[in-house]
Amino acid sequence: MAEQTKEYRATLKPEGVRGKSIRKDELREVPHVTSRPNAKYAWAAGVAMSRFLDELKEGRIVGRKCRKCARVLVPPRMFCERCYRQTDEWVELPGTAVIETFAVSYLDTDANRIKEPILVGVVDLDGAPPHCGFMHYFDEMSPDEIHIGMPVEAVWKPKEERDGAITDIRYFRPRRK
Amino acid sequence: MNLKETNRSAAVVGAGMTLFASRLQETGKEMTWEAAKMALDQAGLTLADIDAVILGTAPDAFDGVHKKGEWLLDGAGGVGKPYMRVYTGGGTAVMAPIAGWWHVASGMYDKVLVLCEEKMSSVQPHAQSAFGHIWDPILDRPLKPNLVWIFSMEMQRYMHKYDVSYEDIASVAVKNKRNAVGHPCAQLADPDITLEDVINSEPMALPVRRLDISPPSDGASAVVIVRGDMAHDLTEIPVFIDGVGWCIDTTMWTNRDLAFPEFVVKAAKMAYDMAGIDNPKKEIDVAEPYDPFDYKEVQHLEALGLFEPGEAARATREGKTQRDGELPVCPSGGLLGVGNPIAATLGIKVGELFWQLSGQAGVRQVKKDIRTGVTQAWGDLMQFSSVLVMRRH
Ligand SMILES: [Zn+2]
Repeated sequence: MAEQTKEYRATLKPEGVRGKSIRKDELREVPHVTSRPNAKYAWAAGVAMSRFLDELKEGRIVGRKCRKCARVLVPPRMFCERCYRQTDEWVELPGTAVIETFAVSYLDTDANRIKEPILVGVVDLDGAPPHCGFMHYFDEMSPDEIHIGMPVEAVWKPKEERDGAITDIRYFRPRRK
Repeated sequence: MNLKETNRSAAVVGAGMTLFASRLQETGKEMTWEAAKMALDQAGLTLADIDAVILGTAPDAFDGVHKKGEWLLDGAGGVGKPYMRVYTGGGTAVMAPIAGWWHVASGMYDKVLVLCEEKMSSVQPHAQSAFGHIWDPILDRPLKPNLVWIFSMEMQRYMHKYDVSYEDIASVAVKNKRNAVGHPCAQLADPDITLEDVINSEPMALPVRRLDISPPSDGASAVVIVRGDMAHDLTEIPVFIDGVGWCIDTTMWTNRDLAFPEFVVKAAKMAYDMAGIDNPKKEIDVAEPYDPFDYKEVQHLEALGLFEPGEAARATREGKTQRDGELPVCPSGGLLGVGNPIAATLGIKVGELFWQLSGQAGVRQVKKDIRTGVTQAWGDLMQFSSVLVMRRH
């Protein structure tokens, strides 16, 4: 081993070569330019997701079955990425699930702090093997009550308000007997 | 795969990194140049000696420009040379040097320069505004997600499946922020931080709290990789790249097992097989796993085969992964302590192993004799991992 006391050359940064940190308020005082890109996108939902979104509008959750690996793919796709073959058929699922995992978020999408936490997580859908599900909100439960394995059910928007989007489901709530 | 018959060996002979800070006055190009200059100086080389240049940098959205490879080209020293950009999200930090390795190991080039750069502070008001573009536009974005959610969900699932306590995980943040003291580039080093500080820090998306997260940052890092038989002429103690591996899981993240990253296991197996490592627990002396969150360090240590699933957090709390512990982990201070300018964490992963294994880590030097290290990075939509085994021969 080289002698332990020897500082590596990389730490001996000559003046003017090492980066200088500036605070956000200092940024306003140093030369800089700003701009906001004005790009808009229209994403085609695709073959599988278009059907999924159409079914959401009708209050149904559907998946694509792959007979080879016996998965029901939700989110659906027309091919199975594991078996690398075309999936076989559409399957309707009951709309009930258990909570696979969750977060209690005090951050909104832009990292602003919020007082009332958002409950959000992944649902493990009934009628499909494990790890078949999607992300969604939870409500009608407190941050103390929510837990992994909790049985939940979808709460839908009124039919006339649905527009073929994941938000046609308002949230998942504790399943009622 | 034919992992044991690459054309020739490759070694790191120099490394450099800039200060990591959440806002640096320098442009990306200027930082890249600074890091490159330090690495070349340490290797005793000039740009004229370099055959090819690899540039690693993460989303274009941070800079608001397309083709960040070209955007940073002049600072990276790639003008007039074979030049390519590598981008695998956070995994870039170890993937870019893997690309450097194959440039040399293939026999094509003798000396290559690998740079990684990130300037996350240009995007307003926060890097989160750019992270938002990572999510699936049809299924995820209508729910107005924050990227922290996905980590929180993963951490929750991991704690549940393996019955791991939050306090044990939080001890990783304490260790790394303390380790970063003495790192000349560190952003969040704190010699006095306690477990209570982490546990009582602001809730972000529980179970994740503010001090469980590494901060967004700006910075650049570089390494020089040369063919093995030239390495001893350039530096007293070269550090050889003896194994590389990488692997990616499905982008359908809600269809994955969030508790255990099997893709890290596969990437590690590839690297260990190449390096001839049968028992990583016995053969690895020091580890620099990717630690953007405290739970990621323990999850990665387990997937790297250095601890059994669910055991790394307790081992951390018991001190086994301290710089003077049984297995020093993130002696650099990691992303949690030094900072997280995504791709530029090259300097606290591959750079740190180079400095550690060649005995040049100064006050951060692991005291016991260390010969073999493993480093790893993780990224894309939490689905990709790159692994590199480094050795002093
Ligand atoms: Zn299949």
